Amino acid sequence: MRMESDLNRFRKIVRGKIKQELKKFISTGDLIARKGNKSITIPIPRIDIPKFVFSPHNQQGVGQGSGQEGEGTASEKEQGGQEQAGDAAGDHTLEMDVTLEELADMLSEELELPNIENKGISNIEKQGVKYTGILKTGPDSLHHFRRTYKEALKRSISMGEYDYDNPIVIPIKADKRFRSFKEIVEPIANAVIIYMMDVSGSMGDEQKEIVRLTSFWIDTWLSKQYKGVSRHYIIHDATAKEVDQDVFYRTKESGGTLISSAFKLALEIMKEKYINNDWNIYLFHFSDGDNWSGNDTTECLRIMQDEMIPNINLFSYGQVESRYGSGQFLRDLTKKFGDEHEKVSMAQIKDRDAIMDSLKTFLGKGK
Amino acid sequence: MFHSTDMPQEIQETIDLTQKQVEKLGLDIYTTIFELVDYKQLNEIAACGGFPTRYPHWRWGMEYERLSKSYTYGLSVIYEMVINNDPCYAYLLRSNGLTTQKTVIAHVYAHCDFFKNNYWFSQTNRKMLDQMANHATIVRHLIDELGYDRVESFIDKCLSVENLIDLHLPFRPKRDRQEKENKEFNKVKNDSKSYMESFIKERKKAAELEKNKQKEQDEPKILFEPEQDVLKYILDYGHLENWEYALLSIIRDEAYYFAPQGQTKILNEGWATYWHSRIMTEITPLKSSEIIDYCDQYSSIVASNSNQLNPYKLGLELLRYVEHRWDTGKYGLEYLKCEDHKEKFNWNKAVGKGQEKLFEVRKYHNDITFLDEFLDEEFCHMFKLFLYDFDPRQGKQVIANRNFKDIKKQLLTQLANFGSPIIKVVDGNFRNRGELLLKHYHERMDLKSDYALETLSNLYSLWKRPVHLHTVVENIPRQLSFDGSNHSIEKI
Repeated sequence: MRMESDLNRFRKIVRGKIKQELKKFISTGDLIARKGNKSITIPIPRIDIPKFVFSPHNQQGVGQGSGQEGEGTASEKEQGGQEQAGDAAGDHTLEMDVTLEELADMLSEELELPNIENKGISNIEKQGVKYTGILKTGPDSLHHFRRTYKEALKRSISMGEYDYDNPIVIPIKADKRFRSFKEIVEPIANAVIIYMMDVSGSMGDEQKEIVRLTSFWIDTWLSKQYKGVSRHYIIHDATAKEVDQDVFYRTKESGGTLISSAFKLALEIMKEKYINNDWNIYLFHFSDGDNWSGNDTTECLRIMQDEMIPNINLFSYGQVESRYGSGQFLRDLTKKFGDEHEKVSMAQIKDRDAIMDSLKTFLGKGK
Repeated sequence: MFHSTDMPQEIQETIDLTQKQVEKLGLDIYTTIFELVDYKQLNEIAACGGFPTRYPHWRWGMEYERLSKSYTYGLSVIYEMVINNDPCYAYLLRSNGLTTQKTVIAHVYAHCDFFKNNYWFSQTNRKMLDQMANHATIVRHLIDELGYDRVESFIDKCLSVENLIDLHLPFRPKRDRQEKENKEFNKVKNDSKSYMESFIKERKKAAELEKNKQKEQDEPKILFEPEQDVLKYILDYGHLENWEYALLSIIRDEAYYFAPQGQTKILNEGWATYWHSRIMTEITPLKSSEIIDYCDQYSSIVASNSNQLNPYKLGLELLRYVEHRWDTGKYGLEYLKCEDHKEKFNWNKAVGKGQEKLFEVRKYHNDITFLDEFLDEEFCHMFKLFLYDFDPRQGKQVIANRNFKDIKKQLLTQLANFGSPIIKVVDGNFRNRGELLLKHYHERMDLKSDYALETLSNLYSLWKRPVHLHTVVENIPRQLSFDGSNHSIEKI
């Protein structure tokens, strides 16, 4: 019915609202907590048409029920007094489902991100089959024995042929059931994101939260750009290891920092699977920049220059500021590659508010 | 009798049976057309204020989104929608069980009777279903002509002031000017089909407006008494373009149509609940297999959350109380003068006038007059009403007292002018500069100030000259103004 168009109109208005508030959403974790499979539920204030109405501060009213004077009203009791009743009156929030794709669109509009030009063999799709249903006809190789037996049993019982003492069921042709399959087209992942994070003692919870928020938005953006994205997570202190996403954000180690360890591991992953297959490779590294030694930094720069950069789309380094201040690594990188390098971008993320700018730096290259 | 083709037979039988029953019970109904719809369709209709066709607007979408969310999460179900129209249209949720369907059908018929016979509905347009569709067509035409954004944003502005109407206007003798307008209009009407009415009316009005524009601009806008129908005032004396005039008229029309429903919520729902419960439990007694379903639904209808009064319950209980009083003769001087509590309590003259009285209440009362006349101290205690207030020390809402007078005063204040502040035009040529001055008749409650300022901005877009509002903010008289670019708040 025509509700569709009104609904779209409303969604458009809502998107406008969300865009206005995007900075707030980016710097708080609210959204991530509400992430579903393909969409996100965003709480926004109810959109109201202003009218001359009474101020809600007149909190008197008439209710009904038992209770003594001075006692809380029943709804108050039920809520356990968590919220200030009355204050909330008329102050409804709406929950809007927004797909991650839409969210990425908003992000790109807000940050004016260029679309990424695909390199390599893009749009490759794999064809496969999936067994999805049951048919009455088919080749014997797909014969579904259990279903066929069931049908035969049903038939013989309903026709009164079934003999309880001599339970023999003989399927006839009409009972036969076969598996059916559908051809499906699966996009092949053609981008890989390797996240690396320094989890040494100097990285606190707040720093990790910043990394988590930043990488959420990076992920959202890149997932929109490519049909399939695979991800790798590497944590490192003095040694590096590959972990899953959960561990990535939760681990806290206390060792020193050898950034090269992570770079080496990333390189290994790249070489193993991705470099020779024309993948779009994205590397993101987050650290407080306190590398153990100058030698190690030199080693890092060498790996980047010689082995990584020729094969990747983008290397981004985000330096989060820890309790102990900010380290040297950012400056070393800047000295080596300059601000305008084609494939290397760096940003200092001081606090949550700086996340938006860093996203612009990282993704603004259109690589 | 109307038979829908996709109506299951058992439901059609229930409809026919219920119709016979309600007519026997004395309800006087329009022909009622029932339709079975699924929850999506019902939510769509409900989102559009009960009508299947409305002009395009985003807020239907918002309402639909909210309704479908709360339906999906199992927070609320709408069982039916009834339209005040002749014939009356009713939409039933297809997935209702048969018992629920029976209840709902009885409920619908009682609403229908109320629409037809209640005085406050007597001036509403009974062809509103067609009218709404015509409105939608006009708005779509305008959108085609002017673009969605312009039309939509103007509608938003009109909606911002839609509550500035005079509820009693439809009941006043028509003024000369209006009569003249109608006469001229009737001339046109005679040689045209009725469904063309609104189109011709709009065109005609617009043409007339064009003609009089120059003349009107010179006319001083002297008001002999403040005008509560602010929308009418703007239509008559503002400088609206034709399409703006058409849109504002539509919004005003619909606001007047919906007003009686806001004025009679408690009584109307009480009336419908009263009858469906009588029909279900007394006239056609429930089968034992239906009792649980019925009770389950019934209890959710009359459930009370003490924060808010449930209009269904309040209306129902008060009607039953009235019936009881008039059945037992608890009225009149003799009863009122009686000072012996016990005697008063056990008073029974067995006059049996309850039914008669109920029909009288249904005919003449709206919520305010209904509560004002019948909600007395005894009912207040029986029904356990209390006044709540926010206690800053406890930081929560508490029961303030159970004083009858306070409670009644609060209830009537809440209902006055359907819960909207009373605001009138006092001067259309304020400061002799064609500015609009409104006055808020302040009683105890302040306006929500941010909304008030935004509303003034919207009002400016309609009036096209600076607008002012006299109100009281925290006990100090203030003048809120908007001059097209800035808001100002001054002490008066």
